[in-house]
Amino acid sequence: MAQPSSCAQSSNGVADESPNMLVYRKMEDIIARMQDEKNGIPIRTVKSFLSKIPSVFSVCVSVRLCVAVEALHLGTLMAAHGYFFPISDHVLMLKDDGTFYRFQTPYFWPSNCWEPENTDYAVYLCKRTMQNKARLELADYEAESLARLQRAFARKWEFIFMQAEAQAKVDKKRDKIERKILDSQERAFWDVHRPVPGCVNTTEADIKKSSRMKQPHKTRKSVYGLQNDIRSHSPTHTPAPDAKEPVLLSSLQIQHWQTQLDRHRLKMSKVAESLLSFSEQYIEYDPFFTTPEPSNPWISDDVTSWELEASKEAGQQRVKRWGFCFDEVLKDPVGREQFLRFLESEFSSENLRFWLAVQELKKRPIREVPSRVQEIWDEFLAPGAPSAINVDSRSYDKTTQNIKDPGRYAFQDAQEHIYKLMKSDSYSRFIRSSAYQEMLQAKKKVKPLKRLETAI
Amino acid sequence: MGEMEQMKKEAEALKTQIEAARKAVHDTDMASAASGVAPAPRVQLKTRRNLKGHLAKIYAMHWSTDNRLMVSASQDGKLLIWDSHSGNKVNAVPLKSSWVMTCAYAPSGNLVASGGLDNMCTVYNLKTPVIKTVKELDAHTGYLSCARFLSDTEVLTASGDTTCALWDLETGKQKTVFLNHVGDCMCLSLSPDMNSFVSGACDSLAKLWDIRDGQCKQTFLGHTSDINAISFYPGGNAIITGSDDCTCKMYDLRADQELITYQDAALNSGVTSLALSMSGRLIFAGYDDFNCNIWDSLKGEKVGVLSGHDNRVSCTGVPPDGMCVCTGSWDSFLKIWN
Repeated sequence: MAQPSSCAQSSNGVADESPNMLVYRKMEDIIARMQDEKNGIPIRTVKSFLSKIPSVFSVCVSVRLCVAVEALHLGTLMAAHGYFFPISDHVLMLKDDGTFYRFQTPYFWPSNCWEPENTDYAVYLCKRTMQNKARLELADYEAESLARLQRAFARKWEFIFMQAEAQAKVDKKRDKIERKILDSQERAFWDVHRPVPGCVNTTEADIKKSSRMKQPHKTRKSVYGLQNDIRSHSPTHTPAPDAKEPVLLSSLQIQHWQTQLDRHRLKMSKVAESLLSFSEQYIEYDPFFTTPEPSNPWISDDVTSWELEASKEAGQQRVKRWGFCFDEVLKDPVGREQFLRFLESEFSSENLRFWLAVQELKKRPIREVPSRVQEIWDEFLAPGAPSAINVDSRSYDKTTQNIKDPGRYAFQDAQEHIYKLMKSDSYSRFIRSSAYQEMLQAKKKVKPLKRLETAI
Repeated sequence: MGEMEQMKKEAEALKTQIEAARKAVHDTDMASAASGVAPAPRVQLKTRRNLKGHLAKIYAMHWSTDNRLMVSASQDGKLLIWDSHSGNKVNAVPLKSSWVMTCAYAPSGNLVASGGLDNMCTVYNLKTPVIKTVKELDAHTGYLSCARFLSDTEVLTASGDTTCALWDLETGKQKTVFLNHVGDCMCLSLSPDMNSFVSGACDSLAKLWDIRDGQCKQTFLGHTSDINAISFYPGGNAIITGSDDCTCKMYDLRADQELITYQDAALNSGVTSLALSMSGRLIFAGYDDFNCNIWDSLKGEKVGVLSGHDNRVSCTGVPPDGMCVCTGSWDSFLKIWN
């Protein structure tokens, strides 16, 4: 038989390997341990009715149930990929019932990137029909496949038949025991690449992976050494565009690394602390940890929770969230309303109204942007504007420049300044205000405001 | 020594310095820091809904912001819009190309998008009496692996041509192209404040981008194979990635490095998708081995498994209110669990 080449590795090593190779190597590690002479699984010849069954092992799982389930799952996966197989079944899975299994020979391992052609499959099925053994009789789905292949390869069937004959001859010359083992291994190989209908085909590739720019080198040799002239081609792959302008790209990369190096990094301990406290704060809002009030619609089939969320009334829990950070107020429409009300009482509502207007501007269709930019400028920033906001001179100058060529981000600097102002100043007062505290203690029910919430 | 060689040397030197700077702030690891936190209870979720309707492998799904509607894409050449609570199919959008890899729901609920081997992102309007194609965003030179709406006027895409792009839906043109990856981009996730996004690619790197200026701000290393899934942690300070190297990782943006790796010796298949519970405490990761494993994001322990699919789990999603998790599979079914 022809020797397959293993998957090519590029000069960089890891990244160019097929993603499956990592998985295959892990499985092969486990196989090696299973086959270890001293500590592996005992493989033996079993006496059966009229003959001997060579080189098998059976599974007996004697551990805790959850571990057993995992072990069987892992075993079935390895069987489905073709590393071992039940000797008398086409369906590749691992069962804890005394069934006998045999290891696959490394020649047929999936890590050799086999992509066997239908001509090979035809030779194989044809060969099977030539061997007068009950155990080699074709299953229904195999007989169907053979009929289909005969129609597809009608013109070259003589050639296929000859190959099958030649293979059968070679097989006959082998020792009986050796033949039994090799036959079963060959069958298992085809069970992986041409699975029983209804079984999962583990060689199926995700279309994203088969369309990858860098294609792993697939084995183009035939399983039976056929010279195939109508071999189908693997999906076209254009060679990876090797640095269009290498020097330019490299200098951009260097800039990037320099920027990244100059970043300020926070200590891990601080970062961990912040993540832990975030989690602690929000866990009571996470339906996987805290049963939502009144109920989870997916469990109870009662949609009240959703209706409440959509309504303008805010319960205590919802109000509490506004106290976590300024963004929570801005995220919740009811929070925004209440904050706006508070700002009005302080005569600084123009800040929030400006912020909301700019957010809304970013979603506008491009043709409406220039006129909207002008409106916002006139209302909030122009000299003598009715809702004049206070921005620092730098942002003001920049914005003055931006509106000459108005785009969606014309007010970005001003918006950031106003955001920081509200966050550090108005927000903290809002949280301490009696209005908010009363809502928090549910002393006063939060009712929807009568007027509509508009930006201007 | 040529200019290229010199530049390579400079780049390597910078990378070494970055590693050193990262080590300098590595004064603890997440596992120790989280040792005082009560472990998440063993999570045993039940299937609440089994959505049948697709006729072939499901490749992607995305929740609507109303927590009930969702869109799913399958190789049977259809996008299905589900009212997942009732199990009804609200709409079916026939696709021009059945090789679809991604789908997205606009925050407004008015539009959905799909894309795949056709290299295009097609946007559909759900609110017209008959569903119409609004735009075909055609400029990528590789397959479309992921798409997300910023609003009804802007879409972000990730492509097999190694770039990501921000599109204006009215003109149908790319406003910004994000260049830096050297492998196919496989996934992207928007930050909660919508000013930045992260992408994962076949070069095993995750990158953070500023949407406005188009620059790559940070690069995260650690994975040894394609990154297939990525998501921002709620709060926007950390990201979670899932890879073909069978692990998930959490990276923090402020510490500029990896915090935890979620891995298990018994897990021998790649991660295809992931989603986070609303507080971020739980990670739902879909694997090639037909299961979705649940991880405690702070302690790094596996706390549960969702078994029930008969083929690989290709997509997972948690709705904005966090009430459940949805898994979609190559077995053509979508399951809702909690």
